[in-house]
Amino acid sequence: MYDRLSIRQKQIVWAWAFLAVPILFYVVIRFYPTANAMVISFQNWNLLGDRTWAGWANYAKLWNDPVFWKVFRNTFAYLLIGTPVSLVISFVIAYHLDRLRFMHGFLRMLYFLPFMTTAVAMAWVWRWFYQPVPIGLFNNFLATTGIPQVEFLRSTTLALPAILAPAVWAGLGFQIIIFMAGLRAIPRSYYEAARIDGVSTWTILWEITIPLLRPTIVFIVVFSSIGFLRIFDHVYNMTTNDPGGPLNSTKPLVLMIYQSAFTDFNMGYAAAQTVVLFLILLIVSLVQLRILRDN
Amino acid sequence: MVSSVAEIRASSQTLVAPGTPRKPANTGQVIRWLILFAGGVLMVMPIAYMISTSLKWPHEIYNLALVPNEPHLENYTYVLEDGRFYGWFVNSLVIATITTISNVLFDSLVGYTLCKFRFPGRYIVFIAILSTLMIPTEMLVIPWYLMSQAFGWLDSYWGIMFPGLMTAFGTFLMKQFFETVPDDFIEAARIDGLNELAIWWTVAMPLVRPALAALAIFVFLGNWTAFIWPLIVTNSVEMYTLPVGLSSFGDEADVQWELIMTGAAISTIPTLVVFLVFQRFIIRGVVMAGLKG
Repeated sequence: MYDRLSIRQKQIVWAWAFLAVPILFYVVIRFYPTANAMVISFQNWNLLGDRTWAGWANYAKLWNDPVFWKVFRNTFAYLLIGTPVSLVISFVIAYHLDRLRFMHGFLRMLYFLPFMTTAVAMAWVWRWFYQPVPIGLFNNFLATTGIPQVEFLRSTTLALPAILAPAVWAGLGFQIIIFMAGLRAIPRSYYEAARIDGVSTWTILWEITIPLLRPTIVFIVVFSSIGFLRIFDHVYNMTTNDPGGPLNSTKPLVLMIYQSAFTDFNMGYAAAQTVVLFLILLIVSLVQLRILRDN
Repeated sequence: MVSSVAEIRASSQTLVAPGTPRKPANTGQVIRWLILFAGGVLMVMPIAYMISTSLKWPHEIYNLALVPNEPHLENYTYVLEDGRFYGWFVNSLVIATITTISNVLFDSLVGYTLCKFRFPGRYIVFIAILSTLMIPTEMLVIPWYLMSQAFGWLDSYWGIMFPGLMTAFGTFLMKQFFETVPDDFIEAARIDGLNELAIWWTVAMPLVRPALAALAIFVFLGNWTAFIWPLIVTNSVEMYTLPVGLSSFGDEADVQWELIMTGAAISTIPTLVVFLVFQRFIIRGVVMAGLKG
């Protein structure tokens, strides 16, 4: 049977044989759950009782939930602070590190090391840093300099940036490495030509380096934005006594989803939130690609 | 200043080949080096303080000094005593290893098929797999949980692992790299009478070894540090992975920060050691995965 097939037909058989298990996987573990999440978002269900159709009730509830709007603002605060700050810091470091040869590998290692850490472990380390005197590192340091104490994790305004800091810190190494690879991909002849024309370093940076780095910048912006919009590990572990606190001031959407689903067992409501998260990620990525790609 | 731009630019070789002869430094370069060095030291400070505190006595943790007065390993003995951390460590290791092997095999097989075979439906399959990149994990955790509940996968290795056994990211990455394998090699192997499975395994796979390594690093690290899904799917302390275990341990140890730092160090040091040993290799892999993926 098989032997009678033409070479082309044999290839088709092999291709589908190779793809059979993966296709099953993607259908059962990716596509079905996606559709399932959307269906559940239109149902009321607490895991134990019956599933009942709720229509748009979960979405309406979300729209009218003041906590959701607080969470929505927090989620975008993580994005709008985290992405630009990490982009600028990592570019500046990569730009200068690229120009050094002396112990280049060693310096690069120092900057990259935090990327290899576990978010949960580092969340606990930073949580310790933020504790009040006499425990926390930062406040102990402030005490020695005579600056007043800062209640990092207990302040409704400072807790969010305090939680964001280790997330930015851990991601910098990756972005620096990607930026340096991007810088190296720029042909040296461009710089040589600019040098012959007597162009200033500053002009070279703005007219040659940054425009040519656009693909790298697009990648880093989109990649880090998705990360900040989905922040969870840091928030959960730095506020375990009151997840997302104080007063929901640090709660991101993923934490709200987790609590709705696995603390309150309100599956329909949680599923509606996941659909909203999906839409936010989709829209933010598309808008960024649109703005950054063709300008 | 202007004339020095091209000269002081590190050559593209430094990423792979260190020790290129350097030119005498000028003052600007020295200042740049010192600032970057200070920044780098600052970057590793949280890690340094974590390790330092894990070696301190409780009365010493208030001390800002990085080097403990009387360094000791009592905290490690205490934390490891009841065996929970060993268990979590083993769980994380087993799960990350199996998931990595699965991804290396399946992602490359699918990437290879989509790259080197011509068959009807190829484009649709590729787009369908690629489209799953847009779906956030958080959207799938509720259906995965219900699925695990229905099939009795809760609180098991399989339950923790099944969502990550294949990834669209890995498939796409491998497809990109198989583009670099010349079709002639595959044709030649076919004429030699090798079957397609053997061609993939013995001809194509060895040619993309660096990409496989890059994929393996990413998948392993991702699963080693994964938190939200293991947190949801595990119930019993014995099934926790290191991050989930550490999170519960942190709450339980409350204000005994030297013990929490010890737990954090136990879960972080293995990846740091692996990184320090395979540093150049890992950075190259990260760049490859980042730029092609």
